[in-house]
Amino acid sequence: MKRLCLPAFSLLCLSFFAPFLDSPAAAAQKSVSFQIKGSDTMVNLGQAWAEAFNAIHANVNVAVTGGGSGTGIAALINGTCDIAESSRAVEEKETKQAEAEGIRFNQEIVALDGIVVVVHPSNPVKNLTLDQLREVFMGNIKNWRMLDGPDIPIVLLSREVNSGTHIFFKEHVLRRGKKKGTEEFSPGALMMPSSYAIAEEVANNENTIGYYGMGYISPRQKIIAVAKDANSPFIEPNIQAVRSNAYPISRPLYLYTNGTPQGVIKEFIDFVYSKEGQEIVKKTDFVPIK
Amino acid sequence: MAKLRKLKEAVIEKLIFLSGIASIVFVALIFIFLLREGISVLKSTSLGAFLGGKYWYPISDPAKLGILPLILGSLLVTLGAIALAVPLGISAAFYIAEVAPARLRNILKSCVEVLSAIPSVVLGFLGITILVPFLKHSLNLPTGLTAFAGSIMLAFMAMPTIISISEDAINAVPREYKEGAIALGATHWQSLHRVIIHGALPGIIAASMLGIGRVFGETMAVMMVTGNAAVIPTSLFQPVRTLTATIAAEMGEAAKGSPHYFALFAVGIVLFVISFLINLTADLFLNRVRKR
Repeated sequence: MKRLCLPAFSLLCLSFFAPFLDSPAAAAQKSVSFQIKGSDTMVNLGQAWAEAFNAIHANVNVAVTGGGSGTGIAALINGTCDIAESSRAVEEKETKQAEAEGIRFNQEIVALDGIVVVVHPSNPVKNLTLDQLREVFMGNIKNWRMLDGPDIPIVLLSREVNSGTHIFFKEHVLRRGKKKGTEEFSPGALMMPSSYAIAEEVANNENTIGYYGMGYISPRQKIIAVAKDANSPFIEPNIQAVRSNAYPISRPLYLYTNGTPQGVIKEFIDFVYSKEGQEIVKKTDFVPIK
Repeated sequence: MAKLRKLKEAVIEKLIFLSGIASIVFVALIFIFLLREGISVLKSTSLGAFLGGKYWYPISDPAKLGILPLILGSLLVTLGAIALAVPLGISAAFYIAEVAPARLRNILKSCVEVLSAIPSVVLGFLGITILVPFLKHSLNLPTGLTAFAGSIMLAFMAMPTIISISEDAINAVPREYKEGAIALGATHWQSLHRVIIHGALPGIIAASMLGIGRVFGETMAVMMVTGNAAVIPTSLFQPVRTLTATIAAEMGEAAKGSPHYFALFAVGIVLFVISFLINLTADLFLNRVRKR
């Protein structure tokens, strides 16, 4: 720690003086940078956009970090990022906080995502209704036998509460779309710090059931086809099914800025909506809006 | 001239005094800050419901802020780690200090140092990819993400502290004790477990307590391997959620000024108080041993 102090201190000094070192002539050529922060689901997408955007605008540096939708929105309110990536719409509570800080949210729907329910590849269960999923994740169905699977206990995998995916799954599946419902994940559900951790555990453990964004689909986990109710067909999550809204657990992905985007931020948002930007959405396994 | 020197001395004296009490000031400030933020949790829940509540649903409306499962989770993981690390660490210290030949001793000592230098997130990563699947298959558990996995990770982290401080304590036992014991006809083993262990006991207890303190506050590795399910644990072989992991996982999201935010600070107070109690017990115990 002590050894770190000196370099850190000199860096601090440098960064303090750096603005004074710039000559006026250099300012015209100066590189600009901005911060994107938020949803872990969208972090790869944001990164891909940032790289492609940088290839066109060489003087613009875009820094992309994850942390969860709530983290990104909180950062936008606190002024520590310029664009928040979010896999859920902002809440009334957050809008009020933002107003108190003089921030006005500007919402852009930039892509669609299907939340995929996955199990171990050896699991014979392949279809579940939303009602069955709810009973499973609330802890009322505890054994795969009750779903015509093998006689082994079900291990529930969920994301942490700071994840937009967690909140979407809770409101959409457990509470059947009612935000004010009282249904909760079973206290026994394992809270995993990332979608990667869920994918790993599902791939290695035949007891598990978990969920993640469409971007994480891999052959190491088996995808469950989901039906709205017992009379509806079982639908596998894919691009057509999400865009036509046939797949029951899908959601829009958002970018939030403070007020109407301007300057380089506007250029970035325009790029996201462009043909190339939406092509990137497709390449990162999400669903383009057009 | 003499006056100037006096002034200079007075200034230096005051500066040294300030540095001396700096740590006390910092501890006090941290505690005041925690208290100021955490006490507001009582606006949304009672003390009994906070400490004794069985459900932790911090973002629901109304939020359920019971941290009993988290306290028990932390204690269980720590106890498991102690049970693994203390006997192993003390035995290792005895081996290094008393039994190992000089060359092996040096190699072992540097290995212990390397062990303490491994970042906890790296240990956690190894845990999630190697230890967790191994535990699941070898013990035939529904999942390997358990309190036991956390205890093993933490035991790794506590061992270097326990080994190096115990070893110092053993080396600090006066040579005459051992020589006396051997002169009276004791074997090496008898002199070890009858004489040296008594001389080194206060140091060994201090080492164990410091190890426990390190384990209790550890966050990253535990968060990665314990599964983080906020249930009241009934065995070492089920998922648990610890106090530290809860703060780390949720602080980024908690909206400033919400009950959830205050509750996380209150969890911080609970952590602080428990760590303080661990250190206090260690101190009291050490003093008693010294007086005897």
